[in-house]
Amino acid sequence: MGEMGHTGGHGTEHESVYDGLLGSGDSQWAFGTDFEDPLAGMDTTIPDGADAASLAQYCLMLGDDALIYSHRLSQWSSRAPDLEDDIALSNIALDLLGQARLLLTRAAAADPALVPALPDGSPVPPEDALAFFRDENAFRNVRLVEQDNGDFAVTVVRLLIFATYRLALLQHLAASTDAVLAAIAVKGVRELTYHRDYAARWFLTLSVGTDESRRRLLAALAVVWPYYGELSRTHPVELRVAEHGVGVDPATLTDEVDVLLGQVFGVSGVDRPGLPAVGPVSAGTGRDGRHTEEMGRLLAEMQVVARAHPNGRW
Amino acid sequence: MTAVSADTVKDAAHARAVAATVTDPELPMLTLADLGVLRDVELAGGTVIVTITPTYLGCPAMATMRDDLVHRLRDSGYDDVQVRVSLSPAWSSDDITTRGRQALAEHGISAPGRANRAAGPVVLTLLPVRRALACPRCGSADVRLISEFGPTACKAMYRCTGCLEPFEHVKEI
Repeated sequence: MGEMGHTGGHGTEHESVYDGLLGSGDSQWAFGTDFEDPLAGMDTTIPDGADAASLAQYCLMLGDDALIYSHRLSQWSSRAPDLEDDIALSNIALDLLGQARLLLTRAAAADPALVPALPDGSPVPPEDALAFFRDENAFRNVRLVEQDNGDFAVTVVRLLIFATYRLALLQHLAASTDAVLAAIAVKGVRELTYHRDYAARWFLTLSVGTDESRRRLLAALAVVWPYYGELSRTHPVELRVAEHGVGVDPATLTDEVDVLLGQVFGVSGVDRPGLPAVGPVSAGTGRDGRHTEEMGRLLAEMQVVARAHPNGRW
Repeated sequence: MTAVSADTVKDAAHARAVAATVTDPELPMLTLADLGVLRDVELAGGTVIVTITPTYLGCPAMATMRDDLVHRLRDSGYDDVQVRVSLSPAWSSDDITTRGRQALAEHGISAPGRANRAAGPVVLTLLPVRRALACPRCGSADVRLISEFGPTACKAMYRCTGCLEPFEHVKEI
């Protein structure tokens, strides 16, 4: 290889070492990168038979699931039971953040009216405006992902359920007539495969570890399970995009997800819980913007700095 | 720094050759070309359009790759550079070139095996993945997986039970 490492020397090529962190302009939005449109060069036309508003709402649902769960999982950084799991959970959070970014970008491109208005000259790109400047009732994630992490067992059970559901969803979404959703899905399947295996192995390990780990696992299952039902509850938007060939009706995933969870429960000697699902609130669920108490605190932590400096540049 | 003769500047092959020298920020022994993320370099009018693809969707190195490409090409006289991201076809560890695999091994990083691209539903794997690996330092095949998640999204952590050293393995994806 002719060129190894940093031959040529960044020190001579750049004015300062910080130049490499900045984008093409003189300054940039302080709380994200200024990478030009993350979808540049992709086919972003609305597929035949689809409507832009429903596509955008659907992208918000899938993007918010990833964003909010990513934020929750990232709270394990520096606090996991050991270094390897600290890194694993952070990696999983990062994968989901990458999916969220593209999905929110797609939502904003399909329906710019969704993006909160910001002051003129604001450097905030649309996907960040959606993440940091929407209020709680505009988020469309399922309530499963916003719950507190609890102990490690709660985190493992929730991740198993989420990753199993999302992997099934993305495998079907790979056939979407929307080129962007299909590309995100194909890529996401490969990432989610590692997430699901990780959670399933830990589920099995905790179930056969010690009396205490098994006790905690069963307690965790009781905490998480009531939010499982919402994953397969079809929202009118999901039904519409499924009919358009753009999205997936989550109710059609139930059998697949149940079989896989059943496999893990089976080898772990754990019974499938018979607990009832958490019901809708005022006839709505997370997909309608009705969230639980934990969501407000999560958003406060996630959004506070960006909201305090909507024109923040460096 | 911008003094480059006009005939080289107009040549797409030259622009490609320049872009192909840019290395990965996380794996500096690998060029973006050898990593398989440099998809295309074309010259449209006076603009160089470079297309790259992420290894993982959340890869935080994408902005650095973009900046490094722009700087390297500017230093070679291409003032107008656009870097685009392409998601399809998705990057696979199979896209790492033979030369790239050698460079990884020479720097103590275990190269990925063939990615499993079986059709049909993704199979749940409850036991740790068995990879036929050799320690990049001592060559021992007696290695143990520490974690499927390493210091970057694309790597797993191993330990050699021969020389007792830990090492990184680029994951099959």
